[in-house]
Order: sequence, then structure tokens, then C-alpha cells
Amino acid sequence: MPSTAGGDEKLVGIVLVSHSAAVAASVAELATGLAGGGTTAPVAPAGGIEGGGFGTSSELISAAAAAVDRGAGVAVLTDLGSAVLTVKALLAEGDELPAGTRLVDAPFVEGAVAAVVTASTGADLAAVEAAAADAYSYRKV
Amino acid sequence: MLDADFFRRWMTATAASVDREAERLTALDSPIGDADHGSNLQRGFRAVAATLEKEAPQTPGAVLMLAGRQLISTVGGASGPLYGTLLRRTGKALGDAAEVDEQELTEALRTGVDAVMQLGGAAPGDKTMIDTLVPAVDALGESFAAARAAAEEGALATTPLQARKGRASYLGERSIGHQDPGATSSALLIAALSEAAGE
Repeated sequence: MPSTAGGDEKLVGIVLVSHSAAVAASVAELATGLAGGGTTAPVAPAGGIEGGGFGTSSELISAAAAAVDRGAGVAVLTDLGSAVLTVKALLAEGDELPAGTRLVDAPFVEGAVAAVVTASTGADLAAVEAAAADAYSYRKV
Repeated sequence: MLDADFFRRWMTATAASVDREAERLTALDSPIGDADHGSNLQRGFRAVAATLEKEAPQTPGAVLMLAGRQLISTVGGASGPLYGTLLRRTGKALGDAAEVDEQELTEALRTGVDAVMQLGGAAPGDKTMIDTLVPAVDALGESFAAARAAAEEGALATTPLQARKGRASYLGERSIGHQDPGATSSALLIAALSEAAGE
């Protein structure tokens, strides 16, 4: 099946932005692990600020988005505060993130799992966004 | 008329005053925030001053656009995208004119403040930088000194408010009685504007 050979497939990329490098990396690992088997969509964490410490780095976000871009769009999930505002500001800049990058309104952990699993099936950006956002509707109590 | 040199003076005066007041800003951010407002803004405005010295943009709009970009990429906290958006949108509204008058600056700054309100979702009374910036822009039509006074008054007036945005909002009523750090740093920005104008 040469037409679906790995690497040529246009998968949506996922960027996970947290105030903490450890949180971003762990959630990326968790989501990738739960997506399991077969092709897994590219995921990149962008946590904390350069040189360590809590916060948000626009440079780490831009680099992560460029790293997961396969031409099918990039879904960015964030935790809170400056993570949300920095991604919005970068999107407003216009040329800081790959074309087709979108901030997805979703809970961070649950949304990341839904996004990565969905993207790994080859679904488009709209479907990935819908799956991640739908994680809000899962009530725990 | 206000030229690129005026806007560079505004930014370097802001950087100097943020440097001087960094500890106070962080102290204000300690009871209701995460105690990094002063150090974050200091890092950002030092980068702004260094970049402006190196690149020396030739128009008012270009000075503010470059400064805003530096803030977004170096601050690391919410004040980065907020102040970055303020300066970039203001700069964009000034276009590529070599000089602008006070009326044009006032209108452009209002556009910038509106963009910040949209980005952060804050309105006047939410105990944020908006409580400083909105009255300052309103008073700027009168004079730079009036804008400075309105900004300082706006920052002080955040003390009895309950925070409705950002980390401080989680504290609920416990946020009452503390002057907002963002409103305070915004007053420094407006004071530096007045300083650049020699008022």
C-alpha cells in the first residue's frame, strides 16, 4: 500500500501548551500511549519557559507547532492564563504558526487524549477539534 | 508632532521605570498572583530596550510593533501577550506615518486597549490593567499629564475591587484590599508616556 506509507500521510499535528514542562510532556506521553497501535499523530509538548520555570514561551510553542505540522493543520491545546493568551496573540500575528493552526477549546488532559486518538485515525482538523471540545461534555459526577 | 524618537523614549522610559519598580510589582503580585509580575515585565522591557537600540525602527508604528513582539516572546506570563497586543495593535493603528499627532495617538491607543479587552475578556471593574488604561486613554485627549493622573487614580481604585479575571479571580473576596499589579504596571507605562512628552 504505497499510497499510505508512513510519513506521507497527512495527519493533524497536536501541540500541548502548559505552564509546566513536566505537565506538557506527561500529557503528551499519556495521550500518545492511549492512542496506541498503528499510526500515531505527531504530538509535541510546549511547557514552561526556556531555561526552566513555570510560564509560557512563545518560542517553544512556535517550534512545537512547526515540528508537528504535516500540512493537515495543527490543533493547539492549552492549560490556563498566559498559555491561552500567548497562543491567541501568536495566532493574531498571522505568520508565527503554520497555516491551519487552531487553538482548540478543550480540557487539557481529556482533550489531548481525544485529539491525539482522533488525529491518529487520519481525521481532519475540524474532526479533531470537535472530538477535543466534546471532552467538556463528559461529566464525572 | 510625535516621531519615532518620541516612541523610543516612551519605551526606554517604561523599561527604566519597570526596572526601578520591579520589586514593588512582584510584591503586589505576591498576595493575589504568582509573584512574578515584576520580574516578568522586567525581562520583557529589558529585551524591548535592547532591541530598539539595535534595530532603531524609523516610524512610531514600527517602534511599537517591534516592542510588542518582544514582549510576547520574552515575558513568559500573561502580561506578555496582553502588553504585547496593546503595543502591536496601537502601532498597527498608527500605520507607517513618520509622525503622528496626539489625537492620532489617542485613537490608536484606544484601538490597542480594545484589542487587550478582547484578548483577555476583561472589562472595566474586573481589577485588571483595563482599569488603568481606559481612564488614561479617555484623559489623553486633554493632556499627557491628565492621562498620567487618571492612570494612577485608576490603579489605586483597583484596591477595593474583587478580581474577576486571571489567577486572582480564584481568590474571590480575598482579592479585595490589594492593588492590582497589572493596573499598577499600566500606570508606569502611561507615566513613561507623559515623561517622554516632558510633562
